[in-house]
Amino acid sequence: MHVLVLAGGLSAERDVSLRSGRRVAEALRIERPDWEVQLADVDAQLLDHLRDHRPDVVIPLLHGAAGEDGALRDVLQSLGIPFVGSIAATSRLAFDKPVAKRLITDAGLRTPDCVAMPQSTFRELGSTGVLTAVVERLGLPLVVKPAKGGSALGASIVHDASDLPAAMIGAFAYGDVVIMEQFISGTEVAVGVFERDGDVLALPAVEIVPESELYDYSARYTAGTTEFFCPARLTDEQEMQAQAVALNAHVVLGLRDWSRTDLIVDADGEAWFLEVNVAPGMTETSLVPQALSAADVTVGGIMSELAEVAAER
Amino acid sequence: MTTEGSRLDPWVDAYAARANAMRASEIRALFAVASRPEVVSLAGGMPYVQALPIDMLTTTAQRLLVERGPVALQYGSGQGDEGLREQILEVVGEVGVTAHPDDIVVTTGSQMALDLVTRVFCDPGDVVIVEAPSYVGALGVFRAFECEVIHVAMDDEGLVPQALQETLDQCSREGKRVKLVYTIPSFHNPAGVTQGPQRRAEILQIVQSAGVLLLEDDPYGLLGFEGEAPRAIRADDAEGVIYLGSFSKTIASGLRVGWAVAPHGVREKLVLAAEAAVLCPSNYAQLTISEYLATQPWREQIKTFREVYRERRDALLESLQALMPEGTTWTIPAGGFYSWLTLPEGLDATAMLPRAVANLVAYVPGTGFYVDGQGRQNLRLSYCYPEPDRIREGVRRLSAVIESELELVHTFGTAHALNPVTGSTVPAPDLA
Repeated sequence: MHVLVLAGGLSAERDVSLRSGRRVAEALRIERPDWEVQLADVDAQLLDHLRDHRPDVVIPLLHGAAGEDGALRDVLQSLGIPFVGSIAATSRLAFDKPVAKRLITDAGLRTPDCVAMPQSTFRELGSTGVLTAVVERLGLPLVVKPAKGGSALGASIVHDASDLPAAMIGAFAYGDVVIMEQFISGTEVAVGVFERDGDVLALPAVEIVPESELYDYSARYTAGTTEFFCPARLTDEQEMQAQAVALNAHVVLGLRDWSRTDLIVDADGEAWFLEVNVAPGMTETSLVPQALSAADVTVGGIMSELAEVAAER
Repeated sequence: MTTEGSRLDPWVDAYAARANAMRASEIRALFAVASRPEVVSLAGGMPYVQALPIDMLTTTAQRLLVERGPVALQYGSGQGDEGLREQILEVVGEVGVTAHPDDIVVTTGSQMALDLVTRVFCDPGDVVIVEAPSYVGALGVFRAFECEVIHVAMDDEGLVPQALQETLDQCSREGKRVKLVYTIPSFHNPAGVTQGPQRRAEILQIVQSAGVLLLEDDPYGLLGFEGEAPRAIRADDAEGVIYLGSFSKTIASGLRVGWAVAPHGVREKLVLAAEAAVLCPSNYAQLTISEYLATQPWREQIKTFREVYRERRDALLESLQALMPEGTTWTIPAGGFYSWLTLPEGLDATAMLPRAVANLVAYVPGTGFYVDGQGRQNLRLSYCYPEPDRIREGVRRLSAVIESELELVHTFGTAHALNPVTGSTVPAPDLA
């Protein structure tokens, strides 16, 4: 079988994506030495490559825009090339945090209350008044982040209203719409979800304990700066609830094959949905590989299974 | 319930304290995007080696392997090939430096010479005085040896003598040991300015009076756009100045050949330190350079490089003049690779970089050229690699980014992001 792993792209998460792609490609080569596994960037040569070499299946490991917003998946669908992961339409929903959170709320799951606004709203109405209104409604602390994108790029936690303008500057650097979300204190966990043999299964939750309050870019990709617990230090009931939220999010948002949901388990043991990723990071410090390891599943094993299923679609 | 945590690095508690700052950086990650062809990168400092006569270099390399292969592929002297050291004297003669071949230590790029000089002179806590801003690679070395780095102001003619004197006096009053004054007198990286003869004389006089060694870094000295190459400070003091040079910009950076011209006692220690670090510089690279210098019109080639870079400098300056928003200023380099741009009041070049990269243009934020957080309003623009039309397009994009950043600042009343940037904010050496 000919598998093409797509990684790189033009998003701010290019570097992370390249590392994810290399790792998955290598794992597949080890798992299935009989397969032809190629790694390619998304550039002007890609369409010709896809037409000329027509892989049996593509594994998109692009993080951020174009990779997770559905655009590239639309192209693959148009070309009739099977791929691992969610279809374009549902990727688009999941990638847009305010939209995903609305659907999650409608499904009866908990997610922190939020407000999302473009820069033009602040410009037209005046930032001071708008930010004051947001704080009055949501309270403090607030999590401020771009409405789209990952790796906590542009994200910050705001405890003092006077810091909100600076937090907005950081978030608008990475996107045109910013989400301001109630900060829920608790245990930060991530739950990977995989579809196997017709079942949707949750991996063990991975607990994240960063050095500082925010699990930011440096904390995510500098080995040693964040402590991970897998299994997470949750009660069985809390673990099951976190997994249930991740499974529900996967189903409610119409996702396919795999996803990773980031959650907070609060002091009362309630799990809050934060966001979901349709192309989870697969680097040396990423969360899904740790969860797979805890579940005695190899990266090569699970990705080759997904590739085989996708190729048959 | 007890569960063992993992930090994914079993050696996390074993690292030296100086490794604490070696972290993944979201700014550095953005430079991965800047390497894509869609992005006009005004960030990196890669010389335009495409201007080299590749056919001649191929012939040179081939002849070297055929005629001197067993030597080229063998270990060499820790001080560097004697023949090449004699040829280096010809090169440094262009900037007025006279010396004996024994005064030269060939290194793996002048970056290694920086490392060796710091290694033999600086104990932790010793002071190194540098320009504000200064070459990021030198700052990295000084930090690695746990020096206290103190910046001294520059103006349009580089390091300000009075500020240098005041800093030396201040250090003296505080009982600090100043080991080196590090300067890039010609076509400064990143500031793009050049010290005139009078300025050089004043600086030399100050360090001589203070009894402090001057470390003169001169990788761009032969790449001036007008007139003769500026006379090196070392040309006027053989005992108080260590002069660093490089073939990276005048021949090929990939060969990694540089050198130090040092007083006798210093040179002996540099050689021993070099042997401890790398045994010897690459014989193959040295002999390739030596063969090139012996058989090719290298002065003519440098003229070609000057023309290439002057055309690009002009494209940059013309575009900046035509397009930059009011309140933006920049230096006018008379040689070398860089111009140093100051953004309109209040803007933050680091916070703006993600927006710039999303708009397909990249630069290096100014903070990377300081150890103390200065430079937020500055950025370095490099014109050495992109073709002139690409430079014009890059400036057009950058101008639009600055305009939208001004609007953002107007909306929120600040340009600074909430979270401090961690890790490196400068690109890897292989970024265009």
